[in-house]
Amino acid sequence: MPRILRTELLAPRIRRYVVAAPKIARKRRAGQFVLVSPHPHGERIPLTISDADPDEGSITLIVQEAGKTTAEMALLEAGDELTDVVGPLGQPTHIVRLGHVVGVAGGIGIAPLYPILEAMQQAGNKVSVILGARSVEYLILEKEVRALGVDLTLCTDDGSRGRKGFVTEALGEMMASGQAIHQVVAIGPAIMMKFVCEVTRPQAIPTIVSLNPIMVDGTGMCGGCRVQVGNEAKFACVDGPEFDGHLVDFDLLMRRQAMYREQERQAMERFAAKDHTCQLEGV
Amino acid sequence: MTQPTPPPKRTAKEKIGTPRPPMREQPPLERARNFLEVPFGYGPEQAMVEAERCLACGKPHCMEGCPVGNDIPTFLRQIAEGNFAGAARTMKETNLLPAICGRVCPQETQCEALCVIGKRGEPIAIGRLERFIGDWERESGAVEVPECAAPTGRKVAIIGSGPAGLTCAADVARAGHRVVVYEALQKPGGVLRYGIPEFRLPKAIIDAELTLLERMGVEIRCNEVIGMTDTIDELLVEEGYDAVFVATGAGLPWFLGIPGENALGVYSANEFLTRTNLMGAWRFPEYDTPVQRLNVVATIGGGNVAMDAARTALRLGAERSLIVYRRGLDELPARAEEVHHAQEEGVEFHLLTNPVEILSDARTGWVQALRCQRMELGEPDASGRRRPSPVPDSEFDLALGTVIIAIGNAPNPLIPRTTPDLDVSRKGQIVVDQESMKSSKRGVFAGGDIVRGAATVILAMGDGRRAAASINEYLESGKW
Repeated sequence: MPRILRTELLAPRIRRYVVAAPKIARKRRAGQFVLVSPHPHGERIPLTISDADPDEGSITLIVQEAGKTTAEMALLEAGDELTDVVGPLGQPTHIVRLGHVVGVAGGIGIAPLYPILEAMQQAGNKVSVILGARSVEYLILEKEVRALGVDLTLCTDDGSRGRKGFVTEALGEMMASGQAIHQVVAIGPAIMMKFVCEVTRPQAIPTIVSLNPIMVDGTGMCGGCRVQVGNEAKFACVDGPEFDGHLVDFDLLMRRQAMYREQERQAMERFAAKDHTCQLEGV
Repeated sequence: MTQPTPPPKRTAKEKIGTPRPPMREQPPLERARNFLEVPFGYGPEQAMVEAERCLACGKPHCMEGCPVGNDIPTFLRQIAEGNFAGAARTMKETNLLPAICGRVCPQETQCEALCVIGKRGEPIAIGRLERFIGDWERESGAVEVPECAAPTGRKVAIIGSGPAGLTCAADVARAGHRVVVYEALQKPGGVLRYGIPEFRLPKAIIDAELTLLERMGVEIRCNEVIGMTDTIDELLVEEGYDAVFVATGAGLPWFLGIPGENALGVYSANEFLTRTNLMGAWRFPEYDTPVQRLNVVATIGGGNVAMDAARTALRLGAERSLIVYRRGLDELPARAEEVHHAQEEGVEFHLLTNPVEILSDARTGWVQALRCQRMELGEPDASGRRRPSPVPDSEFDLALGTVIIAIGNAPNPLIPRTTPDLDVSRKGQIVVDQESMKSSKRGVFAGGDIVRGAATVILAMGDGRRAAASINEYLESGKW
């Protein structure tokens, strides 16, 4: 079973996992994801691959605690094993030289965006990044993004770092400044991607979004991850996860993401009722 | 184990006049609320008495009806003599998975349909006897590992661990080739695992049959998605496989294409069954994957999968479980036994009923009702079944909380998409020679639903056998 090589707390409830998965590390391309389950009774959740090291044979996943599965993952440490790590799944990002590409990320959306920025830059694009978070302590990967040498704008909701306000405002100003933008790639919570698409729609700037609906098998077999894109229902696992944001029905996506809210609550309650505090804490 | 006494010999007339012994079942209303298996199976005495009814025809027609060519008269004679170990051996010559086939094959349209006794009386219960032998062997601990030829040094990859893949794996391993089976999901078995519910095929049976394959030296690698983790070309070139058998099944569910289909509470049968069976949602919250449990569940479709979904919904606690099907009772593609079981358990059949729209709550997005129209049957269509057409102004709404769509599957695109020189039909099925199961690509064979579209477990197994014979011949001769 795939072993966790390293973990690191990047921000409150946000962790980086480096996992041994040599084949996936060699094969993965920007935009692809893996399905992960932490134990044999677990639920399989999709996580976009944030980075990979083919020499070490490892992939990097950045995970925010949001439900029982991610809370269980938070208890894992280097040396622990995950039951399932399946992939790479999904269509890779279409990487071509377009001119000026703007990446917009909200929260941990920067994790899946990072390899796309890297690939876009290698393809000869000028790359700008607008990176937003609730507050400075939730801002992750800033150092890594800076190291790419891209034009970086930071935003926080409370102004604790960078400009105060949402990524959509920064993007709107960039568009208004008159610089040509040939493509926007937006990744983050569905609501943020929805508003980014509304900002770019009037000027018809092609806007790619990466969707994260609930999945089961990740191979097209169940259709649980279907999303409405224009007139068509698409399966995010085999047709996506990236789609033309101007055609995506985000309201439906958000509803479908919340389909099991009651069961998630039950599972979390049951999980929280067990004592998971580390025996070494406070020693 | 003591040897049971063979039953007294009977005349042909007596044999024909005697009905098959009934198979005990869990009472319908009790079983509709649990996941335990429905029929209990024959005991040794019942099995011997029933097997003794075989007339031992000079020309056994039953065998012609078996897609894998089981030697039915021999194993019936051995059962009648109480030689169960011998019967198991005979069976395993052609079919490594008798406990599975005995449960899920449509015997009434295959071997049993051709049984001569069936012309005058009840045909021999071949399926039940096959199940008996499979269960007897497993439960008595007398499982014999089939002998494999000396290792040839050749290596064969099998993509998919469903009925086609497992059958092929067994036959290729027997020829002495090294076999690795790749499975995309976390547990092997394919449709036997994720699709067919526990109450129809207990998963412990699949586990036992898989153990046998592993004892034959077959390696099963789960969580590897061929087409993504590795491509067919990488298997052939980099991983050094001499042949590949693609048996990935029909894994891309059809939806109806009616308005409202993305509403919350609408599932494909694949998703509903996979969550319940493979992911263990019937044991939520002990298992983490949930499935919605609502009062009224409608399953759209009339095949075996639809029956499985409708019966599963009852077991998950639905007060009412409805089958909605646009043709009539006689046109239902499901096995008669499955329809009968579903009816007994209280599944309501809304026949000649065609869904036209799924209505949902505007605020929450949850399914509220299924808008349907009445249908009437006209002349037979290309499938030989009478063509349904809508009755004007007959629309009505069925109030419900969950809709399951069980109208079949398209072939999964992952392998065709990443294997450019593999010929596929317009429908996306891999094109093969029907006898040799060879595809357009050298070294690559295919069978089961990826070739046929949606068919049955036993037809997939038949493909697996033919492909194995062809692979073994190809590896020996080197001729494509």
